[in-house]
Amino acid sequence: MATRGRQTYRTPKGGSGLIEQPHTAAAQDADRNPGLPLDLSWVRDVRVNRSAVERRAQSHTRRRSIKGIWQAAWYLKATTLIDLTTLSGDDSPGRVRRLCAKARQPIRLDILRALGAEEMRPTVAAVCVYHRFVEDAVHALEGTPIPVAAVSTGFPAGLSPLSTRLDEIRASVAAGAREIDIVITRSLVLTGAWEALYDEVSAFREACGAAHLKTILGTGDLGTLRDVGRASLVCMMAGADFIKTSTGKEPVNATLPVGLVMARMIREYRDRTGVAVGLKPAGGIRQAKETLSWLSLMKDELGPQWLQPALFRFGASSLLTDLERQLEHAATGRYSADYRHPLA
Amino acid sequence: MSSITDIFQTMSYGPAPEAPGRAEAWLGTHEGRFGHFIDGVESEPSPAAWFDSINPATGAVLAQVAQGSPDDVDRAVLAARAAQPGWQSLGGHGRARYLYAIARHVQKHSRLFAVVESLDNGKPIRESRDIDIPLVARHFYHHAGWAQLMADTMPGAGPVGVVGQIIPWNFPLLMLAWKIAPALAMGNTVVLKPAEFTSLTGLLFAEICREVGLPPGVVNIVTGDGQTGAALVDHPDVDKIAFTGSTEVGRLIRTATAGSGKKLSLELGGKSPFIVFEDADLDSVVEGVVDAIWFNQGQVCCAGSRILVQEGIAERLVEKLQARMETLRVGDSLDKGIDIGAIVAPVQLERIRTLVDQGVAEGARMWQPSWSCPTEGLFYPPTLFTEVAPASTVAQEEIFGPVVVLMTFRTPCEAVDLGNNTRYGLAASLWTEDINVALDIAPQLKAGTVWVNCTNVFDAAAGFGGYRESGFGREGGKEGLWEYVKVTHVEPPAGVVAPSPVAPEATPDASRSPAIDRTRKLYIGGKQVRPDAGYSRPVRDRAGVVVEEVGVGNRKDIRNAVEAAHKAAGWRGTTAHLRAQVLYVIGENLAVRTDEFAHRLEGVMGADEARREVALSVERCFTYAAWADKYDGQVHHTPYRNVTLAMPEPIGVLGVVCPEESPLLGFLSMVLPGVAMGNTIVAVPSELWPLAATDCYQVFDTSDLPGGVVNIVTGVRDELASVLAAHDDVDGVWYQGGADGSATVERLSAGNMKRTWVNDGRRRAWMEPAAGAGEEFLRQATQVKNIWIPYGA
Repeated sequence: MATRGRQTYRTPKGGSGLIEQPHTAAAQDADRNPGLPLDLSWVRDVRVNRSAVERRAQSHTRRRSIKGIWQAAWYLKATTLIDLTTLSGDDSPGRVRRLCAKARQPIRLDILRALGAEEMRPTVAAVCVYHRFVEDAVHALEGTPIPVAAVSTGFPAGLSPLSTRLDEIRASVAAGAREIDIVITRSLVLTGAWEALYDEVSAFREACGAAHLKTILGTGDLGTLRDVGRASLVCMMAGADFIKTSTGKEPVNATLPVGLVMARMIREYRDRTGVAVGLKPAGGIRQAKETLSWLSLMKDELGPQWLQPALFRFGASSLLTDLERQLEHAATGRYSADYRHPLA
Repeated sequence: MSSITDIFQTMSYGPAPEAPGRAEAWLGTHEGRFGHFIDGVESEPSPAAWFDSINPATGAVLAQVAQGSPDDVDRAVLAARAAQPGWQSLGGHGRARYLYAIARHVQKHSRLFAVVESLDNGKPIRESRDIDIPLVARHFYHHAGWAQLMADTMPGAGPVGVVGQIIPWNFPLLMLAWKIAPALAMGNTVVLKPAEFTSLTGLLFAEICREVGLPPGVVNIVTGDGQTGAALVDHPDVDKIAFTGSTEVGRLIRTATAGSGKKLSLELGGKSPFIVFEDADLDSVVEGVVDAIWFNQGQVCCAGSRILVQEGIAERLVEKLQARMETLRVGDSLDKGIDIGAIVAPVQLERIRTLVDQGVAEGARMWQPSWSCPTEGLFYPPTLFTEVAPASTVAQEEIFGPVVVLMTFRTPCEAVDLGNNTRYGLAASLWTEDINVALDIAPQLKAGTVWVNCTNVFDAAAGFGGYRESGFGREGGKEGLWEYVKVTHVEPPAGVVAPSPVAPEATPDASRSPAIDRTRKLYIGGKQVRPDAGYSRPVRDRAGVVVEEVGVGNRKDIRNAVEAAHKAAGWRGTTAHLRAQVLYVIGENLAVRTDEFAHRLEGVMGADEARREVALSVERCFTYAAWADKYDGQVHHTPYRNVTLAMPEPIGVLGVVCPEESPLLGFLSMVLPGVAMGNTIVAVPSELWPLAATDCYQVFDTSDLPGGVVNIVTGVRDELASVLAAHDDVDGVWYQGGADGSATVERLSAGNMKRTWVNDGRRRAWMEPAAGAGEEFLRQATQVKNIWIPYGA
């Protein structure tokens, strides 16, 4: 197993989610998380007080109110941070093509025009699909810098044989996925098998090659916030480019307290290594308003550089419709309806 | 003007103003000028005098408020007095209906209250909207319940009468609720004076009182400055004063009300420790500090203003704190996106600046974030002092601003020592993931509230109030209700205690052979000690015959006794079962010596009476032995996921000045409750007949009572009482004697704000179990500490 040394501090990576700026895997390689040798004492030192975390998460959403054109700008930002996702048993090439069309143009042009943001031509950050549809998505997104992300490693339970899971990653990368969303084996967290988790994620990272690795913790399965923190840390040590909350299939998905714990681990990792790792809350985020809580939390806990697709994503599908509705409201002053916005 | 595309790049926060329109319209309905609220109607001040109420975030004048004169106060007290019997006779349910209605109306107008509060005080609208006003409503709901349950849960308790209440400017409406709700629930009527900087929500509350049809005179609000408050404190027809504010003013009030018979509760200043152990969740600790000292601009009496952090993690915590301070936002109180609002008034801002300058001058390292505050309005940035020692001014003085000092400790024991190294004792916060550490440290901290892994959490169901110079009395919970009642069935019969009768001199019968000489010494630290001054005086029986001589104790003997009592502080750490056992054995040994004690009492009383006194004394030993392990705490139902433990803790070292009458029973009735609850005692027995008390020390010695738990200093009672009352290392004084002595004790207690319990010259019926013993004694022998323990796996 390859281990990687400590990095010295450098400026966290950039990227804006705008179509003018190329968003290629190659351009970002230098900014990837090289990982660390597993540091178990650090893992064991993680302390998370649930009540205090919940209190902070609750208080935060009441401390930051974003109104008027600021709200519109933040909603637009949120749009560019979406990993537009379809992960259903009934997905089909046609469904994926429709999703990709929406990814290219997530907000109606007339709305952008009314907001004075026509020139921005925002896109979502990525399209996220099962392996089977990677090629369809890549094809549908040709000519755009929008990367395709594939969920992998026996998503959502992650209990296939290791070799199968590694092959799955390689196959998706070969099919053109530039980002791989793996699921960790939750039992390794539940039993405190940190070495095994580290080895597993390191192997995933190696299999990804140039593709970026997002590690899904399945936080709804982990039982405690402390374990969320410890699993976050081990995944980062093993080279995760992003840590991600949920598959969307667990009973509880991306909650703000979970996101807060993960953000704090990212901060700790950055403070100690200088490496910026991204965060992806996924599952259950459906309302535009929630994005303000998440984004302001990232801004205050981690800094504004985390409000870019290189370091933050929303794993979502229906969220986009609500964002578009709210942006139409910002543009016209009238409350909008779902059916006015093109389906993903 | 920023464009959406610009903001998209910078991702800045814009303004998010709460609209002040409705609040301004309300101010407009009064044409910018408010009178008092007396007897149910708005009332012009007499003489006509007004002052401005200012929005500290902008400097704008919000309204003019009446300056209350002594005449105005007098009218208000008269109205309250007239309304009190009717309010009381309404009964618990009737009062509950009104309190319930008030709670509902506060909720109905919650945003108006919040906006007016933030305009007037400068606090962020988030806080007034999400914290202050919901707690106000909660307080009235909770106390509607206490009104309903009063007859069932507090048998024998009746209202005190007319209560004068003076509140501070930091939580104007919340402090009003904390004062008015329990007072009204228990059947009192009130005259409340808001702080001069922040009268407006109180006046809006007056309109709520009218809206719900509260009978006129039940709530009266007189606005004004300190002079108005002084008039209320001095008013002869006020039965109780409840004050929240500075220790300085609290001390003045204690002195001013001494000997007046007014009941008093004081919630004063603080310099509360915020203790961080090495195993704490440091990121949560940082948010805890935000809640501790950057809540309400740090203008919070219980603000965690002294961070004590375990040395090994101090550097990391400072880094994290500084990073967090960079992201705090200071601004207009009505902006919904700020963390810190405006300082209430120029004088307060000046005080903060002066103390910060002094801290810098004394060599502490001051750190403030890189951003700057708005230049208009009264703002002060969050400020962190490191390289601070306990000797630094900024580590001792209450700054009442967004300024926190940070010091380090090495061991849990040192954390406690540093935490308690203050004259205050309002609150403490401690952070650790180890339940063993938390539950060990919390009881050791001298503070009325201890928050574990949280801070500045409040609720109507949990008592709040101080130890030491942070005042006495509780607000909230059942413990808070006692401040607003008299326990009528043990009310001592009125009647002035006669001045010490002087026994006629007589000479002993020379025909008998002389008895073996017995000279009673003092009893200090478990030893018989000669009085420091080397004087003794004769004790005569009712026939005037010198029975024995007793030592005449002086200040130094009291000093020594207090030191011995402190050395015996381990008594509080013993189990309640053990204390009960010792008290039973005292009773047992006293019973064995009934004849001897009765015979001795016959020197001052008849034979039958003497035997009865001894029998009752034995019974009283059993009473307090029984109580020792039964007067326990509560788990309050506060609306959070936590356990709120209300623990009765001993006061500490209690000075107990015993009555002249019932020399044995009175002595034991005054000493034993304190002993049962874990206090250590310095007792001054009956001056005329101290022998009943001094005989007891042989009983104590043979009953395994550790030395120093009870110390006995005989001598001139009122002189010794004064020494005890003025002693800054005595935590409480009970006094049974004359009215003058009571006044002296109360006056002198102001030095360290010790708790006092005096009889105002009224004799207590010691022979009656309901008057001479019981829970009232235990309440006086304890103070309730609320420990908040949030949990969550």
